[in-house]
Amino acid sequence: MNDLQQQYRLEEVRKVFGRHQIALDGIDLGIQKGERVALIGPSGAGKTTLFRLLNCTLRPTSGKIWINGEDVETLHGKQLRQARRKIGTVYQQHNLIPRLKVIHNVLAGQLGRWSTLRSLASLAKPHDEALVHKALDQVGIPERLFDRTDELSGGQQQRVAIARVMVQDPDVVLADEPVSSVDPALASTIVRLLIDISRDTGKTLVVSLHSVDLALAYFPRVIGIRNGTTAFDLSPENISDAMLEELYAGSGRENSDTEAMSEPANSIAYPSIS
Amino acid sequence: MNLPTPSRIRQSPKSLFPYLFAGLFLLAFFDSWQRAGIDPKIFFEARGQRALGKFLTGMFPPDLSPAFLSLMFRPALETIQISILGTIIAVMIGFPLGLLGTNTMAVAGILNEAELQGAPLRRGLRYAVYFIARGLLSLFRSIPEFVWAFMFVRAVGLGPFPGVLAIGLAYGGMLGKVYSEIFEGVNYRPLEALQSLGANKLQIFFYGWFPQALPNFVSYTLYRWECAVRASAILGLVGAGGLGQQIEISMRMFNFNEVLTILIILFLMVAAVDYLSAKIRAML
Repeated sequence: MNDLQQQYRLEEVRKVFGRHQIALDGIDLGIQKGERVALIGPSGAGKTTLFRLLNCTLRPTSGKIWINGEDVETLHGKQLRQARRKIGTVYQQHNLIPRLKVIHNVLAGQLGRWSTLRSLASLAKPHDEALVHKALDQVGIPERLFDRTDELSGGQQQRVAIARVMVQDPDVVLADEPVSSVDPALASTIVRLLIDISRDTGKTLVVSLHSVDLALAYFPRVIGIRNGTTAFDLSPENISDAMLEELYAGSGRENSDTEAMSEPANSIAYPSIS
Repeated sequence: MNLPTPSRIRQSPKSLFPYLFAGLFLLAFFDSWQRAGIDPKIFFEARGQRALGKFLTGMFPPDLSPAFLSLMFRPALETIQISILGTIIAVMIGFPLGLLGTNTMAVAGILNEAELQGAPLRRGLRYAVYFIARGLLSLFRSIPEFVWAFMFVRAVGLGPFPGVLAIGLAYGGMLGKVYSEIFEGVNYRPLEALQSLGANKLQIFFYGWFPQALPNFVSYTLYRWECAVRASAILGLVGAGGLGQQIEISMRMFNFNEVLTILIILFLMVAAVDYLSAKIRAML
């Protein structure tokens, strides 16, 4: 059952917060290595929670997840960190450290490989400047190496976050609403960037998108998620307007690029830790 | 959609709580007023006015003679030295204990969820360390630095050393508590991102936690240093060196003009520390 070609395998995965807040309600899913998959669906459908399960930030309440044939349930401590190192995540809010220089935010991608001491030393004198140069060059902001990260625009910061994933060099790239806080023109540039990275290096790519148009245009496989479960899992040519309408029914939105800009952050946020 | 329901935003029925709270507050206020023996009339009575007048007029003019000022130089310097060393020890105690006592670092929230779910032994161990750290911090700060100093003077003798130890322990307790609150207050999303790329707790701390907390961390530590300057003056009263010892001597001799001089020196030192810390914070 644990096919070597399989990046992810999920069986009957449920995630319940507290007692009654059901975020995921029985997801079955298999994703092959090197596949490129888009997730779409209304806010609160469970996409962010699904990502947090896929990158080992959360564990399912019930059900099973295999990553690369390995049962996630058995992973703790160092093994868990090793598993996480092979999964790169780009977030909607880019989630960089605003006060650190760009170079440190990008080099953070190496933390899974570095010892604690080495990572501390790098804050004083950055290891591997060339690597950061190359990554920033690829995402199109080569000259911002030593700027403080909060001096960059939102779109530039998202590129820094992508450069961080490139430096991390994982097997899988997950991107949770990577373009819903940038303008539409930049949105397709960034989606293309992610696709290029996946294509060049054979990385598996899973992206959730508010923009259905982008999902249908760029991904050979599109999964619709609604109420914590999969509504459909098809190639774009097999997805009808009726299916999309049903997917978003009652959520009061239209499926267009411009809509993506005004969409608020996912409403199933993790319960605040502060 | 059946989720997520905004369960936290609840329409509260008309609550008695505010009235109850106001009543309790008034009760506490008047009761304290009575029991603390507060008596403003004393300022208007002849006896009280005479005593006050004697104290105040005795203070003027302050003793600014070169002889006295040069005598105060060493104790003033000592006070600064006690405050600096004391604060450094306090940071050395408060920082690690505050870190271990940070809820979101030790046991709770998204940075511990995957690690501790289904691992009761790990969870128990983490909780034990967490409570020990918080317990130590509470212990250190619940005993006033004055009492610490008193004990250390008995233990290691008169002089600045017991003052340094007293400030180190009492302020270590305060710093640690506030550090943990500062650490708990940072934006957790960047930390989640660092965790998800395989960083360990310490790496997350150095790359995410500490940089975000730095401004608050520095300004609170500097504020505590300012407090330590004042405190180290007071500690002299129990024999722990510095300006306090001089205040005590002058008070006992009824040389109130000397007391005023020392208070002025103290004020200038605190103002200087405040100025310095403003400069440091501006650099961040």
